[in-house]
Amino acid sequence: MAPEIQDPIIRVRDITVQFGSTRVLDGLNLDVKRGEILGFVGPSGAGKSVLTRTIIGLVSKVAGRIEVFGVDLDSSNTSQRRGVERRWGVLFQQGALFSSLTVRQNIQFPMREYLKVSQRLMDEITMAKLAMVGLKPEVAERFPSELSGGMIKRVALARALALDPELVFLDEPTSGLDPIGAGDFDELVRTLQRTLGLTVFMVTHDLDSLYTACDRIAVLGNGKIIAAGSIADMQASQHPWLRQYFHGKRARAVMS
Amino acid sequence: MNGDPKLERIAKGNALALCATGTWTASFAPALERMVADAEKLAGSRPNIFIDVSEVSKLDTFGAWLIERLRRSLTQGTAEAQIAGLSANYSSLVDEVRRVKATPVIETGAITITGMLEQIGRAVAGLSGTVTDLVDMLGAVLAASGRVLIRPRSFRLTSTVHHLEQVCWRAVPIIVLITFLIGCIIAQQGIFHFRRFGADIFVVDMLGVLVLREIGVLLVAIMIAGRSGSAYTAELGSMKMREEIDALRTMGFDPIEVLVLPRMLALVLALPILAFLGAMAALYGGGLVAWLYGGVDPEAFLLRLRDAISIDHFIVGIVKAPVMAAVIGIVACVEGLAVQGSAESLGQHTTSSVVKGIFFVIVMDGVFAIFFASIGM
Ligand SMILES: Nc1ncnc2c1ncn2[C@@H]1O[C@H](COP(=O)(O)OP(=O)(O)OP(=O)(O)O)[C@@H](O)[C@H]1O
Ligand SMILES: [Mg+2]
Repeated sequence: MAPEIQDPIIRVRDITVQFGSTRVLDGLNLDVKRGEILGFVGPSGAGKSVLTRTIIGLVSKVAGRIEVFGVDLDSSNTSQRRGVERRWGVLFQQGALFSSLTVRQNIQFPMREYLKVSQRLMDEITMAKLAMVGLKPEVAERFPSELSGGMIKRVALARALALDPELVFLDEPTSGLDPIGAGDFDELVRTLQRTLGLTVFMVTHDLDSLYTACDRIAVLGNGKIIAAGSIADMQASQHPWLRQYFHGKRARAVMS
Repeated sequence: MNGDPKLERIAKGNALALCATGTWTASFAPALERMVADAEKLAGSRPNIFIDVSEVSKLDTFGAWLIERLRRSLTQGTAEAQIAGLSANYSSLVDEVRRVKATPVIETGAITITGMLEQIGRAVAGLSGTVTDLVDMLGAVLAASGRVLIRPRSFRLTSTVHHLEQVCWRAVPIIVLITFLIGCIIAQQGIFHFRRFGADIFVVDMLGVLVLREIGVLLVAIMIAGRSGSAYTAELGSMKMREEIDALRTMGFDPIEVLVLPRMLALVLALPILAFLGAMAALYGGGLVAWLYGGVDPEAFLLRLRDAISIDHFIVGIVKAPVMAAVIGIVACVEGLAVQGSAESLGQHTTSSVVKGIFFVIVMDGVFAIFFASIGM
């Protein structure tokens, strides 16, 4: 296991993605190291969600290579792919809960598929996950259409964490949460990273999250990574968008 | 390092240590659960019980919860079981699961006879509700048409034309093909059975009357209920699910006027056209079979057809078409707007849109049959 620690958990090389004639990602390179929380920022429509979906394999790329856990998903067979899928969790921007299942069934869905555990343990773990994401036990029997926007986000996170994955992709996890909830959420991600050695790929617009939760920040612009580094590097950057992002009115409010 | 998990018992005087070792993670959950269930039997055997987790190499939520479950069941009365040797890494995870309350028992709805009877009862009681809903919608559509008549500029022409293309123009090939085949089959069966009485030529009478009065319009209406009624329900239902209809309302639009009226109008215009095309295709198919299989040449067929049918037959058929279209449209829109938040509900309402649509079409056909018989048409 020792050499693996040095290896990046996600390795993205020269990927190009286009829809019709519009190129969204253009020769993008990115490494995510094991055990880090990577905050991913960039203007709306820059292609953050597209990159996330490309890594997961939901959007096909024109060129480039992607390795997750050292497995190239393009050349892998079904069992390798399932092995990888078992080890990651995904929180979609819109939640993507199964609308005809209750919250409890949503969270247990991946457990049923991948683990052979008793119903009792599944129910108990479901309650633990709900408590972890800050939801009351009563929520378990509700359907997604009966939840608020922030609750949907939390349930979706609980489902992403259902199998205790090693890697989670979070697409704007704190948007739609109240500031206290968002703070708790950042705390939770930190706790999970410390205890489970979780690697987190987090797309976010939330400056607080960037400051409190992220180890490293990558910035997407014009289809490429225009900067990557610690929050201090970002603040020191001379790139106009970054200057505005980290020194604008909102950023000053967060830092003061 | 990734050894199989174990739980060893070490007794020292009146203390009992349970030493957990190995990986306590989700992949080992079944084995872990068994071990924990075994160890739970030790509750109360010693006044001092502690669970030593210092040798655990990997812990996740599943493992942490099972340790916590064990701790809780070993805690009896004053003798509280302790967790010892928790590394700093894992202590926050264990704290996290410690906050979880004992799970409430979740009752699952078992299928019982009374439950089934109750469902049947509710379904029957719901029937009157269905009719009220349909009448409601009819009223709303008529009111919206009234408003549009007063302010013709609010009429949505583009939308109506779009739906007309979808339900009429694009439906022509399949409708013509199917009615053509049905015409062929009726003629073939007619000739086959009438030939025994030497009455081949009467197949023309049968074909003409049947196709123009009944089959043409009924068959087309049923096909349209399946094809366009289901599409309407699915469209409106998914718009309802994504709150698009609420958005329309808040912007001051009437969903009936914007969404339902253009669809209804398109359907009411489309069905007579399709019924006419269908009737023609069926007559053509029947004529073709009569010629090739029955030896009735086209000239004789047309002469006989002219004698056999009158304009009344045609009117009886075509008058029914817009009414059936309205029934299909109203059922489809009521079902679409009744969709709740889930994908399952969308499926259920789409199904019941088609089933109810076809049912009401046949009921209407019966009502028309009685009506036309009593006025002697
Ligand atoms: N399926 C698609 N077909 C065509 N274009 C698409 C598709 N998906 C995304 N795009 C385009 O790709 C670009 C990037 O979209 P993406 O959703 O990745 O933005 P984002 O960076 O996640 O923005 P936000 O911060 O608002 O979520 C956008 O211009 C979008 O219009
Ligand atoms: Mg996005």
